[in-house]
Amino acid sequence: MIDLLRVRARLGRQTVAYPEGPARFPERFRGRPALDPSRCPDGCRACAEACPAGAVLAPGTPGMKLDLGRCTFCPGCEEACPAGALRFTRDYRLAARSREALKVSGDEPLLAEALGAELRRLLGRSLRLRQVSAGGCNGCEAELNAAGNIQFDLSRFGIQFVASPRHADGVVVTGPVSDHMREALRRTWEATPAPRLLVAVGACAISGGIFEGGSVAGGAAAALPDVPVDLFIPGCPPHPITLLDGLLRLLGRVSGDRLQLAATGLVGPARPE
Amino acid sequence: MSRLLPIENGTAVAVAEVPVLAPLAFQALLGETLEAGGRLVAYAGERGPQGVRLTALVADDAAGRLGLAATLPGDSLPSLAREFPSVERFERALFEECGVRPEGHPWLKPVRESLPDDVPLYAMQGEALHEVAVGPVHAGIIEPGHFRFQCHGEHVFHLEIQLGYQRRGVERLLEAANGARALALAESIAGDTAIGHGLAHVAAVEALAGVEAPPRAQALRAVALELERLANHVGDLGAIAGDVGYLPSASYLGALRAEYLNALAELCGNRFGRGLLVPGGVRFDLDPAEAARLADRLAGALAKVRDATRLLLRSPSARNRTDGTGALTRSLCDELGLVGPCARACGAGRDVRRDHPAGHYRQDRPPVASAESGDVYARALVRLLETERSAQFVDRTLQLLPDGPARLPCPPPAPGRLAASLVEGWRGELAHLVGSGEGGRFARYAVKDPSFHDWAGLAQALRGEQISDFPLCNKSFNLSYAGHDL
Repeated sequence: MIDLLRVRARLGRQTVAYPEGPARFPERFRGRPALDPSRCPDGCRACAEACPAGAVLAPGTPGMKLDLGRCTFCPGCEEACPAGALRFTRDYRLAARSREALKVSGDEPLLAEALGAELRRLLGRSLRLRQVSAGGCNGCEAELNAAGNIQFDLSRFGIQFVASPRHADGVVVTGPVSDHMREALRRTWEATPAPRLLVAVGACAISGGIFEGGSVAGGAAAALPDVPVDLFIPGCPPHPITLLDGLLRLLGRVSGDRLQLAATGLVGPARPE
Repeated sequence: MSRLLPIENGTAVAVAEVPVLAPLAFQALLGETLEAGGRLVAYAGERGPQGVRLTALVADDAAGRLGLAATLPGDSLPSLAREFPSVERFERALFEECGVRPEGHPWLKPVRESLPDDVPLYAMQGEALHEVAVGPVHAGIIEPGHFRFQCHGEHVFHLEIQLGYQRRGVERLLEAANGARALALAESIAGDTAIGHGLAHVAAVEALAGVEAPPRAQALRAVALELERLANHVGDLGAIAGDVGYLPSASYLGALRAEYLNALAELCGNRFGRGLLVPGGVRFDLDPAEAARLADRLAGALAKVRDATRLLLRSPSARNRTDGTGALTRSLCDELGLVGPCARACGAGRDVRRDHPAGHYRQDRPPVASAESGDVYARALVRLLETERSAQFVDRTLQLLPDGPARLPCPPPAPGRLAASLVEGWRGELAHLVGSGEGGRFARYAVKDPSFHDWAGLAQALRGEQISDFPLCNKSFNLSYAGHDL
């Protein structure tokens, strides 16, 4: 017991200050990209060619966009761009309520709108979610699990992952929905009582991601075509704070556009070669 | 291993040099190699103009040797599975992928392509017996798989594990991809092993192109691989604590795992190390002051991990739940061909970093950790020992990073070559056996995750145990569904 108390004292408080205070992110963290197509040399496709996921839309034109529903947040495009038209910011806020909103241009923050008042009233101060892992790599699952640990502590906001869809207010899908998981996902959705939310976490669940063309449906919306997706949280995988930001904005527990960022002071930004 | 073409880890040979043996001679050679204590590391099938071609990569760990042989089997081959159970899943996978029937295989059921609805699963008969079916959707944030227990009360006679739900067709996607896309796919074979599989991939691409990453890159890659091991081992120790109901260690270790993920994010911007590796080197470097600050931070984390783990391992109730639970014998471990921490927990000290070192591990490596009892306690102990040793390795490597560039250009792979790339990932030996085709693409890309061997170990560990010990046994293996299903 004495040992236990000693260790407890030594480890101290582990829970992050976010959302009241800032979250610490490394200098090199890649969050929401910022685009400046006015810098693009005419007809340049360097970013699109470096992209593993086909996420760059209309490269080298004034209408260039980056589809965060496909982006793996690798440094490929930023590194390949000869003109600095594309760079990753450290903005961890990435969630959106519509698929179109994920196709970003310029440098505007992505702030998911809250659910309607009636649905928020029904949910009260709790949100119970059933997670279905469907053909991904287990990266998004790892970050969803991390969001529940004592550091990020999802349950302090009344958000919990439950064992049965019967106890859930919604379903969180990860992975591109492999052909072999389509039926299980549909049955889980059908077992969840209405009103129910559908949340797609990670590039694979949003669009099929890099597994498009494999034995997969191509994401939650493709696997459940008659069901609208209520929240998209991009990333490969999304950082736990990105997950928190998306869910808390959906519930109206976080609003406004204040960025809660702090430095870790360990390693500086990557230097150009 | 005389008729095998020798190959070193992280190198390539001309496909034409690989000896093509008559099917019976090929099976005899595999049998002799396994009989002499060798292991089948990878076994790839490929459809070509002459029909199916099978290529086997085998290892003699004690001698530190790897060898290749191939055969054109037609549509069947006598099975070796009865004599050598370690090859049985490989034979089933080849039947599923290429239609080469292993004649005499004791139980030729699907590996990944069909689900339990279509597969007759093992069932026992008897009035007092019952069956418990679990999955594919589990009661937590866990990958999908189907588990079926044959029970008498709490007692488990047999556990059958049927996977395939995570099947995406990664090998086929890799064969259609090039460059950046192939790298992203390799990092996504198993997301908790992005560095392990990513490293096997870039090393294979470099071998096919005939270049080697500079020493500084090799050292940073080894740091990243060990950080991945540390994050997962610490997380697993926490998960084991959680499943024996020892919550202080579960909470602390769950949070301390983040120290290692965050260290990877400091290095390359992503908590799983995605984006760090690139053929020719690494994309991100550290200056001496940064490396020192990171090493400092990690030293603090290790002290806390030690504290939190000692609480767990000294708690009598935790010892009671882990001692003797889910035990495997050394002979069963060897028969099944297990790899990684669950093999080292049975006293089978195999480790790619020592037996077939590549990159920075040729100069320096953490000592191999092992235990004897083969139970949950041993698997936890091996993880703790490996955590200590990997942490010391990361510390000294960060302080003595070789000078020079961290990245050099890497030309596209030359066609007609075959590369063997093994990495000791945190779950154990993973292997990429990669043939190059025209235009910088891959003619054949075969992936083996350690879980491909080790799921059989979990099934055996449950025999004679109580069904309530399944979650604990499962955590003590913590195998990959995505890596197995591909």
